[in-house]
Amino acid sequence: MIELKNITLIKNDKKILNNINLQIDDNLTTIITGPNGSGKSTLMKLIMGIEQPTSGEIIFNGQNITNYSISERANLGISFAMQQPVKFKGITVKDLLKLSLRENASNEKICDALSSVGLCPKNYLDREVGSSLSGGELKRVEIASVILRKSNLVIFDEPEAGIDIWSFNRLINLFNDLNKRLGCSVVIVSHQEKIINIADKILVLNAGQVEEYGDKEVVLPLLNKTNVTQKKCKRR
Amino acid sequence: MDLLKKNLLKEVSGLESLPKGAYNIRIDGKKYARQDSANIEIRTKNDKDGIDIIIKSSAQNESVHIPVILTENGLKDMVYNDFFIEDNAVVTIVAGCGIHNCDSTSEHNGIHTFYIGKNAKVKYIEKHYGEGDNMGKRILNPVTNVFIKENGQLEINTTQIKGVDETERITYAKLEDNATLIINEKVLTNNNQNAKTIFKVDLDGKNSSVKVTSRSVAENQSKQTFKSEINGNNLCFGHVECDAIIKDNARVQSTPEITANHIDANLVHEAAIGKIAGEQIIKLQTLGLSEQEAEEAIIAGFLK
Repeated sequence: MIELKNITLIKNDKKILNNINLQIDDNLTTIITGPNGSGKSTLMKLIMGIEQPTSGEIIFNGQNITNYSISERANLGISFAMQQPVKFKGITVKDLLKLSLRENASNEKICDALSSVGLCPKNYLDREVGSSLSGGELKRVEIASVILRKSNLVIFDEPEAGIDIWSFNRLINLFNDLNKRLGCSVVIVSHQEKIINIADKILVLNAGQVEEYGDKEVVLPLLNKTNVTQKKCKRR
Repeated sequence: MDLLKKNLLKEVSGLESLPKGAYNIRIDGKKYARQDSANIEIRTKNDKDGIDIIIKSSAQNESVHIPVILTENGLKDMVYNDFFIEDNAVVTIVAGCGIHNCDSTSEHNGIHTFYIGKNAKVKYIEKHYGEGDNMGKRILNPVTNVFIKENGQLEINTTQIKGVDETERITYAKLEDNATLIINEKVLTNNNQNAKTIFKVDLDGKNSSVKVTSRSVAENQSKQTFKSEINGNNLCFGHVECDAIIKDNARVQSTPEITANHIDANLVHEAAIGKIAGEQIIKLQTLGLSEQEAEEAIIAGFLK
């Protein structure tokens, strides 16, 4: 379980996240949605340790990890698929996935992970994780590098971005029961209705604050009925 | 051969024992061992120190090893090796130089000239390596001259990763119609090492092409200079890509010089120098690597 307590992030005198209190339960799929600039990606980077909060605490399985480095959090079982995959020169798909698996690396696991994101291993293993791959291919390699890891919490930041419609449908299937297959919590930042639909819980962020958080059955009708963020604007 | 020499030989050529096929092993300025094959003949030069390697047309997918080892302190070695590759031959040439020294400077200067016949395909692999107590400098200055006839191909893969204090690599090539030259260079310098690379290529032939890829890492106070001069004298294609990672107080200079002397010459030079991208380190940290492990993995991949 991960718990955020009174998390605030201020950058250049601007409150990016404002007093976030949140508990993400084990083995559920939580979707985080909200308008652009609402702080979704920043919140995820904060959990991974890429950003540091101005104040507040992050508790992971009872351990205060607020001051832990990215590597320390990764080694506790937090995984993160970036919105913009990173390109490398000289590092092949196989190299990257081997780094992801580390001492547990095996060709079989690597090939399975590539197949699960719709990439034929024999065509991709030796390709450089760089300009030789399209944006969508890079994205799928990024997702493969994360699902390979032994994780307690897996975060995907807009996994659908840059992925074509055919691959998107495969992605939905992949995410559908990923929490059960990996035996961990899955958090996905997304705007896509099809992805939001696979949620157990939905969190709506707006202007750096939690606007709605609860079971899909409760929050989804609100999203479908009227835009909750618009509702909030009107209230203001 | 003692253990030290055996280790050097393995470092530069991958050899753990005498290879099959043709070879010439030079140790401390003298011939140590030589063998011809049915299709590859190695002759001692009469006018200067060095060898002629004659690769016959009948050589198909054969290899020849010509490594050089220096273990004598203060030795300054100069050797001229000429490769005569007949039409249609297909061959891999494994060269390389390893130096071990202690308290005085050791230097090897190798001047290699390739005469590549029509339709011949040649792969040339060269690795430079140095080791010792760092009291004496280790200097390697290779000069490579290349003349490729119609439809001939040459791929040069050079690596200098460790222990060479000073190097000046000069490569000159002249290409005829449909000839192809591919050069892949990998360099890592650290401490106060200095590496200079100069490529000059004349694309004289119609449809001739050259592709130069240089990847280097400069650490500590080391200095690197990369200069390429490509002259497009016909309908031709030239592409030079120079990527360097810079660390600490190192210095890297890249100078492109591409000259089109023909309306159909198509020449490109790309150069990028910079430190390791922060996002690359973060990505590998999210996989559980420490910052140092991430840096090492990025550099190892870059220079692979």
